[in-house]
Amino acid sequence: MSIHETAAPACHQPLTLKDFKSGVEPIWCPGCGDFGVLQSLQRALAAHGRPPHEVALVSGIGCSSRLPAYTSAYGFHGVHGRALPVAAGLKLARPDLEVIVVGGDGDGYSIGGNHFLHACRRNVNLTYIVMDNRVYGMTKGQPSPTTEADWDSDIAPGGSGVQPFSPLAIALAAGANFVARGFALDVKPLADILVAAIRHPGFSFVEVLSPCITFRPEEMEWKKAVQRGALSVNTDRAAAMAMALSVNELASGIIFQGDRPAYSETLPAPTGLAAIEKEFELNAA
Amino acid sequence: MRTSFAIVFAGSGGAGAITAGSSFLQAAAREGYYGLMTKLSGAQVRGGEAAALVEIGVSPTEAQPDVFDVLIALDWDNVGKFAPEIPLNANSLVLADPAAGAPAPAIVATGARIVEIPLSKIAASVEGGRVNMVALGAGAALAGLPMGSVDAALAGMLASKGEKAVAASLAAARAGATETAVLGAAPLAPARKGARWFCSGNEAVGLGALRGGVRFVAAYPITPATEITEWLAPRMAAVGGRAMLAEDEIAAINMALGASYGGLPSMTVTSGPGLALKVETIGLAAMAELPLVIVNVMRVGPSTGIPTKSDQGDLDLVLHGTHGDAPRIVLAPLSIADCAPTTERAVHLAEALQTPVFVLSDQSFGQTETVIDPPARRPAPLKRKAESSATGADFHRYVATPDNVSPMPAPGAPGQQWVADGLSHDDYGHPSNAAKFHVAGLDKRRAKLRDFDYGETWGEIHGEGEVAVVAFGSTVGPVKEAARRLGESGMKVKVVALRLLAPAPTQAIAAALKDAQRVIVVEQNHSGQLYRHLLAEKALPAHAESLARPGPLPFRPGEIATYLA
Ligand SMILES: Cc1ncc(C[n+]2csc(CCOP(=O)(O)OP(=O)(O)O)c2C)c(N)n1
Ligand code: SF4
Repeated sequence: MSIHETAAPACHQPLTLKDFKSGVEPIWCPGCGDFGVLQSLQRALAAHGRPPHEVALVSGIGCSSRLPAYTSAYGFHGVHGRALPVAAGLKLARPDLEVIVVGGDGDGYSIGGNHFLHACRRNVNLTYIVMDNRVYGMTKGQPSPTTEADWDSDIAPGGSGVQPFSPLAIALAAGANFVARGFALDVKPLADILVAAIRHPGFSFVEVLSPCITFRPEEMEWKKAVQRGALSVNTDRAAAMAMALSVNELASGIIFQGDRPAYSETLPAPTGLAAIEKEFELNAA
Repeated sequence: MRTSFAIVFAGSGGAGAITAGSSFLQAAAREGYYGLMTKLSGAQVRGGEAAALVEIGVSPTEAQPDVFDVLIALDWDNVGKFAPEIPLNANSLVLADPAAGAPAPAIVATGARIVEIPLSKIAASVEGGRVNMVALGAGAALAGLPMGSVDAALAGMLASKGEKAVAASLAAARAGATETAVLGAAPLAPARKGARWFCSGNEAVGLGALRGGVRFVAAYPITPATEITEWLAPRMAAVGGRAMLAEDEIAAINMALGASYGGLPSMTVTSGPGLALKVETIGLAAMAELPLVIVNVMRVGPSTGIPTKSDQGDLDLVLHGTHGDAPRIVLAPLSIADCAPTTERAVHLAEALQTPVFVLSDQSFGQTETVIDPPARRPAPLKRKAESSATGADFHRYVATPDNVSPMPAPGAPGQQWVADGLSHDDYGHPSNAAKFHVAGLDKRRAKLRDFDYGETWGEIHGEGEVAVVAFGSTVGPVKEAARRLGESGMKVKVVALRLLAPAPTQAIAAALKDAQRVIVVEQNHSGQLYRHLLAEKALPAHAESLARPGPLPFRPGEIATYLA
């Protein structure tokens, strides 16, 4: 198969959330915010209208990164922090697929931080959903790059003393073409954001506040604290950046929709291998 | 008459030593000679001293010479630094421009005959003439190469510089040849003219990848592997594929693996330090059973080591690199010519067996330019088992099969969705901690590689004899040349050249060594990595010896012959 021979997307058909469910039982703790993200994503995919076999979910390692197996789409559950390059390779090899990347804040902002910067910059037509619980859930409760400096943990008693960073501001600075924040337990509004993100060309980044009920039970307060609608759509990157730096980290909504052209998926018409083989020849008869 | 001729063009950065060497090699190729050219450069990023080491001969040349016949110094700058890499002796001739000052002491110390020739003055006598072209003409005259071939080579190489530049170069070369005529040529025996290939190992690896069907390559720049990706970038587009410049080596291998999951034969390219970063994902490719070709062009390690020099010290890493038991295939080309078919074969094996496959090349192959016979044979293609008739809610991705390779549909196939996973999984691909699934998976992944019939891929045997030498990669060439020379003096040596390093072809090796009284494993590293590997695989008799000698200096046939004799 070559990149040119890939199948054209099939026509859209009416789909429901159920079409995107798999038989695999989630390992998540009851009440984990990631259930809300899963449901929102299944709704969004049904609304988007492409069948499960045309969708590929790519993830790294963490509680949140388990998500691909819980849908009926194709999936790739790779190594910790490297989901974005896997997805870029897959999407560029197969532009006909809908490729969505999911993972946690440790996976995406810490070990995978470099890839996050370059995915924003490269602007491949992907959607990246980070389930940010401000903790490493799977390894049982260590502070991540979005954890408050004074959050007490076994590994950093009394707090890490290190200030969290703002994923939205970083995504904007690095060149993401769509930036938003949602809340895991607001399933319907989150699904709407995800549909917009999937349909926006280029690299779409959605930061989802997703409470870890086990290691950060206090995050259940987000139900009240989230500032719904505090983010509004900007098409100017500088205005979006000003907003990202002035609101607090619980503000939700779409903050930026840009018009950067996506990393090219089209390729020049191939000319064939024969001419290349000729380059090696000397003294050809 | 001599059957080979070895010459060095050396000088400061801008002097054009490399152009002279390359033109010399191509002129010789037009006369039917085989040859190879190694480039040396100083540690400076740009400028600094440079040397082209060229050997030509009537038969294929796969080893650096023991001694160079001629050194032409365009100037002396820091050329003396190269002395350990340019062996000369009392039979060697050094041509030096008196205007360039005193010859380097390290060169004088070799006892070579030093003859003054006013290269710069001759160049100045020709309009637009350059010293390196004068040197080219002088070298060609000493080797007895006809000026017509020098003309033709220059016309081809300098075509883009315009007619005037070509004419000036020709005139300078002719002037150099005339001036040198008084020294008398020791001409080469005539060669059989015919079709040849002119390429480096890195280019041949690139061609092999394209021929094998690779349509996606991702890499991060690293010496001495970068040229593969640079060569591939425009050519990948020409065959409908894509080359990606990744943000680091980890991204590169993961991009390639993503593309492979998408159904495209995919490859990543690196050298030691980059390979060290990739190893986690090699385990993922093994565990999820995803095809992937990893090209590693070895340089001197550990750490940053000597980036521009050859060594075979990454064998341990490609054989074992990653945690857990992750079987993989490791192939090493037997020569520069073999870089193309071996890489092509690597792609086939990765696709057919759904596994990571290494192409273990080295700097000496990668960055040496050579004139060779066009590789006669290409491996028969093997394809990915992508089709499956099974559909349903739960695709049976790792279903048991007689050959332990299970159908692997690419995304887009309706009703066959599966999840590639690095977690231990059952035969559907669902994560599981159960011992029975884990062990079954280990068995399956080992068996599919172990039980495959690799046929002639395993390696080659050259010659017969009770002394047998086992070697891989760029060590094979000098070993073969050493064996040839010993044969001439009556000592029969068999060369067992290994292309398949993992899974170790123990039976083929045992058969090859059956009658050997003496077995010597020759390799260019410090600890005898191949020797240890083959001992552990019980592929060697207990009396086998190890000749392990690290880079950066290349093995020369004389060194090996002396050890064997
Ligand atoms: C290379 C590597 N380093 C460390 C780990 C251990 N590890 C697994 S998940 C994880 C962090 C998960 O945190 P996050 O990405 O925020 O996801 P969450 O579990 O909170 O959803 C770590 C450090 C690993 N699997 N691989
Ligand atoms: S540990 Fe936290 S993040 Fe992980 S499943 Fe439990 S609640 Fe969710």
